[in-house]
This record gives sequence, C-alpha cells and structure tokens, in this order.
Amino acid sequence: MNKTSLVFKREFLTRVKKKSFLIMTIVGPLLLGSLVLAPLILATIPEGPKTIVVVDEAALILGEKGNDKYQFAYLPAKEFDLEKAKDFFKVSGHDALLYIRRGETGDPHWVKDHSAIYGKSDISLSLQGYIEDLMETRINQQLLLREGISPEVVAQSRVNVSLATFSIDEEGEKASATGTKMIAGYLGGILIYFFVFFYTSQVMRGVIEEKTNRIVEVIISSVRPFQLMMGKILGVGAVGLVQFLIWVVLSSAIYAVGIGVIFKDKLTPETVMSQEGMKEAVEASEGMQFVESMDAINFPVVIGGFLFFFIGGYLLYAALFAAIGSAVDNETDTQQFMLPVTIPLILGIVVTSKVVEDPNGALAFWFSIIPLTSPIVMMTRLPFGVPMWELGLSIALLILGFIAATWLAARIYRVGILMYGKKPTWKEMFKWMTYKNG
Amino acid sequence: MLQANQVVKTYGSYTALNKLSLTVPEGSIYGLLGPNGAGKTSFIRIINQITMPDSGEVLLDGKRMTENDVFNIGYLPEERGLYKKMEVGEQAMYLAQLKGLTASQAKKELRYWFEKFEIESWWNKKIEELSKGMAQKIQFIVTIVHKPKLLIFDEPFTGFDPINTNLIKDEIRQLNNGGATIIFSTHRMESVEELCDHIALINKSEKILEGKLSDIRNAYRSNTFRVGFREDVSDLLGTLPPDFRLIGTEQADGLTEATFTLADHLQPNSLLKLLADKHQIYHFEEVIPSVNDIFIQKVQAA
Repeated sequence: MNKTSLVFKREFLTRVKKKSFLIMTIVGPLLLGSLVLAPLILATIPEGPKTIVVVDEAALILGEKGNDKYQFAYLPAKEFDLEKAKDFFKVSGHDALLYIRRGETGDPHWVKDHSAIYGKSDISLSLQGYIEDLMETRINQQLLLREGISPEVVAQSRVNVSLATFSIDEEGEKASATGTKMIAGYLGGILIYFFVFFYTSQVMRGVIEEKTNRIVEVIISSVRPFQLMMGKILGVGAVGLVQFLIWVVLSSAIYAVGIGVIFKDKLTPETVMSQEGMKEAVEASEGMQFVESMDAINFPVVIGGFLFFFIGGYLLYAALFAAIGSAVDNETDTQQFMLPVTIPLILGIVVTSKVVEDPNGALAFWFSIIPLTSPIVMMTRLPFGVPMWELGLSIALLILGFIAATWLAARIYRVGILMYGKKPTWKEMFKWMTYKNG
Repeated sequence: MLQANQVVKTYGSYTALNKLSLTVPEGSIYGLLGPNGAGKTSFIRIINQITMPDSGEVLLDGKRMTENDVFNIGYLPEERGLYKKMEVGEQAMYLAQLKGLTASQAKKELRYWFEKFEIESWWNKKIEELSKGMAQKIQFIVTIVHKPKLLIFDEPFTGFDPINTNLIKDEIRQLNNGGATIIFSTHRMESVEELCDHIALINKSEKILEGKLSDIRNAYRSNTFRVGFREDVSDLLGTLPPDFRLIGTEQADGLTEATFTLADHLQPNSLLKLLADKHQIYHFEEVIPSVNDIFIQKVQAA
C-alpha cells in the first residue's frame, strides 16, 4: 500500500475512534440546531403580560388598557403624589410605575419632559419604547386637537408603515432576506474559522506528539518527511470533512423536525379561525417568514463554497501549523510562532461584522481575495451572492496559496522534526528552508 | 554490503561529514565509533535516506540506494519511542506495513516475535500502560520485524535495562548468524567492543581509522605486559635494565600489579625470566589496547 495512504489511514482512524470525536459529532449539530431554533421557540412561547401601574395627572393615556405584553392599572392622581405612588409600587406586585405629571397649565410639552418610568430593576427597552410611542401619539393628538382639527381626522391620521422588501436579479424577484443572509454569513464565517482553527491545531499537536514521543525518526526511516506530513494533513482534514458532513445531515434533520414540531399545531385552519388562534398564528407566521427567507439563500453554492473554502483554508493553515509543530519540542513553545500565523484568521473574523453590513464593499472584496483571510470572509459574503469572477479569483489564489504554504512548510518540517532540545528562532527556521537536502 | 564514497553533508556553514568513505563487509558486526557530534548520526540518517548527501554516494550491494532500499534496513534511532496512546498491536502492524510488509505478513511475523518474547497478552494494551522495559521490547521487535538484511542501531544500549540489553544482544547475535549485517553506532566504545568484528573511528566529521578490530588491535599492540605479585617488589623496580620500562603499579586485593613495556626486539619470556628469578608470579598477561585507548592515541597523534 502507498505509504502516504498508510499514514492517512492511521491519522484518520485513531481520531475517528476517539470518544471525543463521537461526542463532538453528536453535540455539535444539537448546539447548532438549537442555536437556530432557540429564538424561534422563544418567540412562540406566550409570556404572561407585565403590569404597569400608572398615575396619570394629565389624563394623557387614561383608559388605555395596554396590549397583551403590557397592561396598565391606574391609581387616582388626586390621592397619589409621586412619593406615595413609589411607596405603593414598592410593595405591590406590579412590574413598573409610570408617573405622568400635568404641571401648571397642562402643556403637553411640559408633560413629556416631566414624566418618568420607575422599575424594580432596569426598564426593558421594549417597554420604554412602547410607552414612549403611546405618549407620543397621545400628545400628538392633543396638539392637533388644540389647533382645532376635528377628532375624526385626528383618529384617522394614525397610520403604520411596514415596507415589504424584494431583491431583483435575472431569475426574477424574490422577497429579500438581508437579516437571514447576515445570519447565514456570520454563521458560515464562524464555522470556517472554528473548523480551520480546530483541525489545523490538531495537525500541529499531532506533529508535536510524534516529536515528544520520539517516534518521528522511527517513522521517517520508512516514510519521506513530506509523505508523513501530507498523510497527517490529509488524514486530519478527512476527519474534519466527515464531521462536517455528519453535522450538515444531522443539523438539517434537527432543523426540519424542529420546525415541524413548533409550527404544526399552530397553522391548522381551526386555530387560525378561532379568535385566540389568530394571534398565535400571526406570531408563528413571523417565524415562518424566517423559514421562508432561508429560501433566498443559494444553498448549493453556500455549501459547495463551504466545502471548498474549508478544504482550501484548512490545507493552507495546516501546512503552516505542521511547520510550527515540527520546529518546537512542546506545545508551550508554539506561542511565539502561532501569533503571526493566527492574526489573519482572527482579522478575518473581526472584519465579518463589517462585511455583513456591506458585503460588496472594498473591505469585503480585498479580504475575500487574499488567501489567508479569504476562507472566512468569502464564506461570509457567499450568502449575499458574489460575482463569478471574484469567486474564481479567490479560489485560484487560495489554491496557489496552499501550494506555496505546503512547499514552504515541507522545507521547515523535514529539518524541524529532527531537531531536539532547542527552541528555534525565526531566523533559524528561515535558514532551514535554504538547506539543500534536509 | 554497504559502501560509502566521499560522502559530504553540510548544514548551512557547518560540515557534518567531510568526504567520508567506508566499507561495511557483508555479515559483519560493524562499530561506528566516535564522540558525540562526530557525524555518526548524520551518516546513519543518510543510509536511511532520511537526509540526502550534498555529494558522494552510498552503495548497497554495489548499487546506488533507491527509495525501496529502506525495506531492507532496520533502524533503531537514538531518539526512539512509540505512540503512547496507540495500542501495541495496532501500532506494530502500522510500523511493519510502513516497512513494506502486507497486513497478513505483518501479522504473521509479529505473532512469531510476540510468542518468542512471551508478550502476546500485550497486543491490545496501549504503550502508556506498559513499563519502559516492556516498551523497549516492542521497539526492538518493530525494528527487526521485516527481516532486514542491514540492521542499524544508534546508541543501542542507552536507556535499556541490563536484562533487556542482554536479551537484545543475544537476538542481535542470532540475527547476525542468520546472515544480517549489523551496524552499531555509539560513543560508548567499550559497550560494543565485545560484539564488533569491524570498526570505524570517526572524529570531527572525518574517518580516522577503519578495519577489522583484531587487525587494528594487533597494529596498536605495544609489547606491554601486566604482571601480578603477592609480595613487595619495590626492590625490583629501581634496578630494571634499560630495555624494560616500568609504566606503573597498582595495589588491589593484596595483589601488586605492575605494567612493563619492552623494547621492540624483546620477547615476553625475557621479562618473565628477569622477574621469575626474584619473585613469584601469579599472573602474566599482554596489555591489548582498548578501542578507547586507540581512539585517544589516534586523536592525540593527529
């Protein structure tokens, strides 16, 4: 049997047989699946309404009952001043106290500047927003009424705008789903980062293990150093690939089952017809919008891209990490060499937050072309759609990049694995590359 | 068997081997001797094709070595070890297959050796569960399992306990009797003297001496003899004729040992006659220089 494939087989089997692989393979998709499903599940869990006790001196919102999240209870303004209201609130079971003051003249502008919400802990942004909205509307109405506009007109002037968004390309028009694409972009970038980092450091650890166990010279008396290095890189990479594919299958299954369970009983005609069911159906349909917007992503391209950029990025960094592993005697010595190599990876993750905001900007373009950062950044861009030539250029440069990295790494590796007992410097490693025959 | 011609190896500005030439005869036990840093391991790595020489060549059975020749070599490096977390059997199978055996051949050969050393029960254990001495046995087995014609041991007896050392010495002798050529490389020259029939001395990247051990020893004999007495011989030491030179005396266990060097034209019996006239002699032997002595003599002369 070919020696590289013997090495490959060993590296692959010893890792796949480990318990930690089994655990990661099963727990990974559960985590990933729940990461996507959790917000959906949370959104559909009905929460008991919060009650807000209101003292409304200005009779601004008096009579308003609230909605299903926030409900108002009123105290008579004549009996409760601010201090009394606070005392009452402290011992009551209410969640917040809203105190609206009237002032001397009842001027709405004065009212808005002198009212406040008190809570037992921090007031949530959504409660604050809800009450501000409510007060704005009422003050608006009062101001309009003062100007003599008839109450009917004022009542009719309330409108609520929520735009539908579409993206148009050659294939027609689709409901655009920027939010979903941002999530997919983030997730893709982070997954690549995680996979590349996780498996390349396994390569490094494997190389160091062979050195510290002192088996490396035994092996390279039967295998070329390059064969050993490539066998290890490919073997560990195959473990990563298998794990990823299992993840994809399991995650999709969990996702499909999860969606089915969450939405099944909420979308039957009976529940939609019933009055109670209406509300739930509306909430569920928000979740469904997310599910539908997943269709806006070109999954074959994204998954294909992930495979390529994982393999490419992995090969590039695995070679560099193998070289680092070969040069040192133990893991603690790797720090000074790891840093410069991992900076591009970390940079890639850092810029993803800018990239999802502007997936076709200059920053996104350059970081997705340069091989060291392209796996992460291109992966982040892919769900948004990337021009063919940019994708092609990025792929070509990544292939060139890992060929160069492998060549470089092999020259350091063949010398490094036989060096014991001294911590090399960058200068020495550079010198090794110039040795004629290792 | 193995022939090196003008082998040069440099690392940057450092010369590890300077035009090294030597010949290892078929079926010999060959000692590659010299201090640490002399270039022994560099040379052995070239034989194992771990590194390539900058110039010069190494011939195996008269032919330039090819990649497949590693299947004919068994190599126990100075820096040796095994995967700690891998099972013994699985690991031995892996290393045997890397040496060109098929899976079934490997299994058969390994079974033979495991039975011979009575260690079958270790097959499913991990190396980290074994003692150091046990792991050394495995290490030895994987070195020789593919029945190589040429066996190379770099500092073979460092780290081995005395029982394993003897066991392995016996096995090596048997392999040698079976036709294998053995190369020992060590800086502890006394440890292999009894085993080797040929040696080469290497110092500072260059070979300084090579040949049959018995020939070399003969060449370095200096007509020196050690004599044992049980009585006070100080009277004798002051009155020696000029052709007999006393080199030194030692006291041990009630015995006085005196060492004499004779002028080249004299035979040992002339010393015996001179001494036997005055004192009882309890033992008489020729002082043959050890390889260590020869080495020091040779280096100092250079």
